[in-house]
Amino acid sequence: MRVLKRSAASPPEGPAGPDQAGTDREGRLERARSRVGSVKGRLARRRAAAVAWRARLPDLTGPVARAWHRLPRWSQWLVRLGIIVLAVLAPADWVGQIMAPASDWKTLLFYPIGIFVLLAVGLNVVVGQAGILDLGYVAFFAIGGYTMALLGVNVGLDFWIILPTAVALCAVSGLVLGTPALRLRGDYLAIVTLGFGEIIRISATNASWTGGPRGIAGIPHPPDIGNLNAFTYGVLDPTPYYYLVLALIVVVIFVARRLERSRVGRAWAAIREDEDAAALMGVPTFRFKLWAFAIGGSIGGGAGVMFSAKNIAITPDNFPLLLSILVLSAVVLGGSGNLPGVILGAFLVAWLPERFRGLADYRVLIFGAALVIMMIFRPEGLLPSRRRRSSLRTGTGAGAAPTAVVEQEEKT
Amino acid sequence: MGRLLELAGVTVRFGGVVAVSDLDLHVDEGEIFSLIGPNGAGKTTVFNIVTGVYEAAQGSVTLSGRSLRGRRPHQVTRLGVARTFQNLRLFGNMSALENVMVGADARHRTGIPGAILGLPTHRAEETSGRETARELLALVGIAELAEDAASNLSYGDQRRLEIARALATEPRLLLLDEPTAGMNPPEKSALQGLVRSIRDRGVTVLLIEHDMSVVMTISDRVAVLDFGRKIAEGQPADVRTDPAVITAYLGAPTDAA
Repeated sequence: MRVLKRSAASPPEGPAGPDQAGTDREGRLERARSRVGSVKGRLARRRAAAVAWRARLPDLTGPVARAWHRLPRWSQWLVRLGIIVLAVLAPADWVGQIMAPASDWKTLLFYPIGIFVLLAVGLNVVVGQAGILDLGYVAFFAIGGYTMALLGVNVGLDFWIILPTAVALCAVSGLVLGTPALRLRGDYLAIVTLGFGEIIRISATNASWTGGPRGIAGIPHPPDIGNLNAFTYGVLDPTPYYYLVLALIVVVIFVARRLERSRVGRAWAAIREDEDAAALMGVPTFRFKLWAFAIGGSIGGGAGVMFSAKNIAITPDNFPLLLSILVLSAVVLGGSGNLPGVILGAFLVAWLPERFRGLADYRVLIFGAALVIMMIFRPEGLLPSRRRRSSLRTGTGAGAAPTAVVEQEEKT
Repeated sequence: MGRLLELAGVTVRFGGVVAVSDLDLHVDEGEIFSLIGPNGAGKTTVFNIVTGVYEAAQGSVTLSGRSLRGRRPHQVTRLGVARTFQNLRLFGNMSALENVMVGADARHRTGIPGAILGLPTHRAEETSGRETARELLALVGIAELAEDAASNLSYGDQRRLEIARALATEPRLLLLDEPTAGMNPPEKSALQGLVRSIRDRGVTVLLIEHDMSVVMTISDRVAVLDFGRKIAEGQPADVRTDPAVITAYLGAPTDAA
């Protein structure tokens, strides 16, 4: 704007011949160009400064990942086994003293921590791998929860029959929602999924067969396995439920890893990077997005079954929009697309507010501030994925408006 | 030599703009065919019609007699048409090898259960896909960059990677959209050698190119588009001297001159 004004305010003096007008215009162009150049330079300097800032934070992922890949197979398995053993030992009293002095650590380990990790691993398939921004993930958690409640209370089915049923039902729900919704991209898709999450919760509040706002009570616990305390599902001890969710987490991680390292994971990554180019390289993009949605949904459903099997009673208030947002922030905070990162993110999002319960209401404020700071200095997450770019940064094809699908002929 | 690709009476409109009008074009098996023309002539639109990105308003597009009209891009790719892009469209955060493997996956059949259970077919496909990808990276001359992120490759290497990725889909027809854009003369001549060796592997090449020296040396036949119409077609030497082509590129001579 300023450039325009100044050039208008200084008309060439004297009778302007064609030559003079020409050189004058060139001079003006030159000045404008140098000004643009200096702005560009300033921007570049600022960007470099930001990068330098980020570089000060330790980037452990690269070296750790490289060291990990150099390890022989058997020692990789040993490390994995060690992590599982640590997780099994986690419900010890002295750990609880350190981790959560103000609340019951064993209860926290099941919910929110265990359930959040499970949900985050599931949502990571959708958001981190396929790059589909899903803001209504809690819907699948709710469908799983209500399936457990309804089939357990009304039909009297066993937990171990309901779990696969609910997982299958959530996969089908994913297909049903995904078939129309996944034809949209980026922001539009996010809005549809947001709506889906709300529809499920509001329907559960208003329908009579879901118990309305009072929900469903008297949900049966899983049947005991043998006589061991660790597998006796009662009311008082949360540890057996924690072990159950831990087992499910291990299975889900195994499945997610296998998918990530196959043709399926590559197709998802390609879709996330450039959906149109992926289609032109022979990837049936719609079908793979649908699969991601269904698989993510079924994992969320499994988490819902666990949740309601422990809780005895559920109400629609157990499935608020906030839960979708928290799980999504766990995925993004940890490092969208990278499983260890996502698990760490879920753990922190679930655990930190509980750890600082002593700070009362300020803890949420601090948590929010921590998220904002995190996104400024490390937008790719704590443990970023090597295939890094998240859907939040670019959107699935959000950069490419529908009309500009494949390069227009600006230059042909 | 049979006809591989045939466009007959193809018309494409964007709103009121006719991008391609009543175009007849055929590419024979085993030839290198160049499509040239001034900016905005409709060359990339032709690529987009063939690959299923746009659908022609009128006319037919066939590959060995099989219609491509109304097919989705991934279906066209599986029928044997692959392409590169004028503005590079690589999967930037994936490694060069993974980029090519995505192309190779176009011929793979493993589904979700196979991948989760690690079935033998899945393992065999992974191994062969990886081998094919390495071979193709070697063919285009960037074997040593296999593990680098695609976005970290130099411009010329990214163009080569796009060609490797396209070849991994095992095409019968390869569409190259300005493959030498932004390259220096030695890179250009290396690329010409690559295009020839691709043809010698039995892949037909349809090329959009602005560099006339490249077009004239490697093409078997050339077609010229101007404002969406074909104004000339034939051997490179004939096309170069065609008055209609000269007019399209340089403008019509005026009497006053």
